[in-house]
Amino acid sequence: MLESIPVTPADPHRAIDAVWRIEAPRLIAGLTRIVRDVALAEDLAQDALVAAVEQWPESGVPDNPGAWLMATARHRAIDRVRRNQRLERKQEQLGRELELQQEMAMADLGVPTDDDVGDDLLRLMFISCHPILAPEARVALTLRLLASLTTEEIARAYLVPVATIAQRIVRAKRTLTEARVPFEVPRGPELTARLSSVLQVIYLVFNEGYAATAGDDLMRAGLCEDALRLGRILAGLAPKEPEVHGLVALMEIQASRSRARVGPSGEIVLLLDQDRGRWDSLHISRGLAALERAEKLGGALGPYALQAAIAACHARARTAVDTDWARIVALYDALAQLMPSPVVELNRAVAVGMAFGPGAGLALVDALASERSLKTYHFLPSARGDLLEKLGRTVEARAEFERAAALTQNGRERDLLLARAAACARGTS
Amino acid sequence: MRFLLYTVDGDAPSAPPSPQMMDEVGKFTEETKRSGILLATGGLAPASTRVRTSGGKVAVTDGPFTETKELTGGFALIEVKSKEEAIEWAKRFRKIVGDGESVIQEVFGG
Repeated sequence: MLESIPVTPADPHRAIDAVWRIEAPRLIAGLTRIVRDVALAEDLAQDALVAAVEQWPESGVPDNPGAWLMATARHRAIDRVRRNQRLERKQEQLGRELELQQEMAMADLGVPTDDDVGDDLLRLMFISCHPILAPEARVALTLRLLASLTTEEIARAYLVPVATIAQRIVRAKRTLTEARVPFEVPRGPELTARLSSVLQVIYLVFNEGYAATAGDDLMRAGLCEDALRLGRILAGLAPKEPEVHGLVALMEIQASRSRARVGPSGEIVLLLDQDRGRWDSLHISRGLAALERAEKLGGALGPYALQAAIAACHARARTAVDTDWARIVALYDALAQLMPSPVVELNRAVAVGMAFGPGAGLALVDALASERSLKTYHFLPSARGDLLEKLGRTVEARAEFERAAALTQNGRERDLLLARAAACARGTS
Repeated sequence: MRFLLYTVDGDAPSAPPSPQMMDEVGKFTEETKRSGILLATGGLAPASTRVRTSGGKVAVTDGPFTETKELTGGFALIEVKSKEEAIEWAKRFRKIVGDGESVIQEVFGG
């Protein structure tokens, strides 16, 4: 055994936190398999954590902390069943204890293999992202169970009161218990729908963090890392699913730009104006590798892989001028077929404007002007303003930038749009 | 947070790693990948070369260098939540490879 030498820094609780962050998802997943209930499994895992906090500062972190936590949690499980049994000797509970003991005995038969642990983790992801839960509940539960964030950390990241998140998590677990959602990896056609829910949750987390990287809130920006970590874990658990690699690729490539998209005084720098030297080359190469894995798995690319392929066109271009806009248009064509939406059409129109001239782009943007779902979407007037400006119609462009500025919720984006409007005004004077 | 983890040579001459240890190290690397924290890793050749500038002159010297500890074995670039988590991973690595020293340094930018 390795001695824990006291010179090792500081607070033992922080060391326990670190172990917890690594071990908790596997622990909760393994316990859920045994007790068939996420809420109970998490309670048991928390009991084990409390025991660790009590004992480890004295005894040192055990040699195999994961096994220690699991053994402790199992003992608590048996204790709880016995205690309940004393309180109300119901036949049902007696049966449950026998069942539980059998499961424990079964679970004791062998050390779980990496595959077993992986299967449990994957099941836990599917259950946390179950469509029976509202999207924000899926997000909170996933961050809590699979990214090991505390309720306080989640609340801070989402700028909501701790009580709100706590309640969201409690309700989500109750819903899962009441609906007796099975702890399983769905098969067949259900798998596609359920997997897309898992991917959506991870991407929601990423986007929440990405929106915040333009600010100075590190806790929120940390959500990008959490999402990437979850994505990489999922890619290891479901390596044959091209969309999982597609999502990882998309997140890696977007994350590569996080430093370049903010200027020295905190202002937003648009993609084509970014200093590409500030793009994170490690993220880019990891993203391109993930995209290649998605492509090699064969078949038509899914929505995430297509978006990653578009992001990759930018990542591969040495300068903004080198961007392969014709390919981006083709990729948007494919994306629009797969998930037709006015937002995709708008992005496609912008790409057309870059590939075939602002006039062609403007015609497409104008065709979208009557879309009700885009009425309050600031990107429509801002894209239109950009195309008008390129056509030299600066008076109209200015009005569009001002309209966009009035629509955006993001203060930094508003500054940028007003600056562009002002530049148009100067151009005309 | 990103950290660079690497091993430095110890005071005792290091024996070449046994196949069993290599196997364990391989499993550990897999584990870090499965946990979603490993960004890059690689082994390092024992021989190193120094390129040093002094007064505008460049001097190139081949190792080994006895006066300082050298980076040996390998490195891993990991992305974790805290320094403590990086330390925990390093501890797990040290348990496999036995006596010696690993160094953890936070990496900025990229």
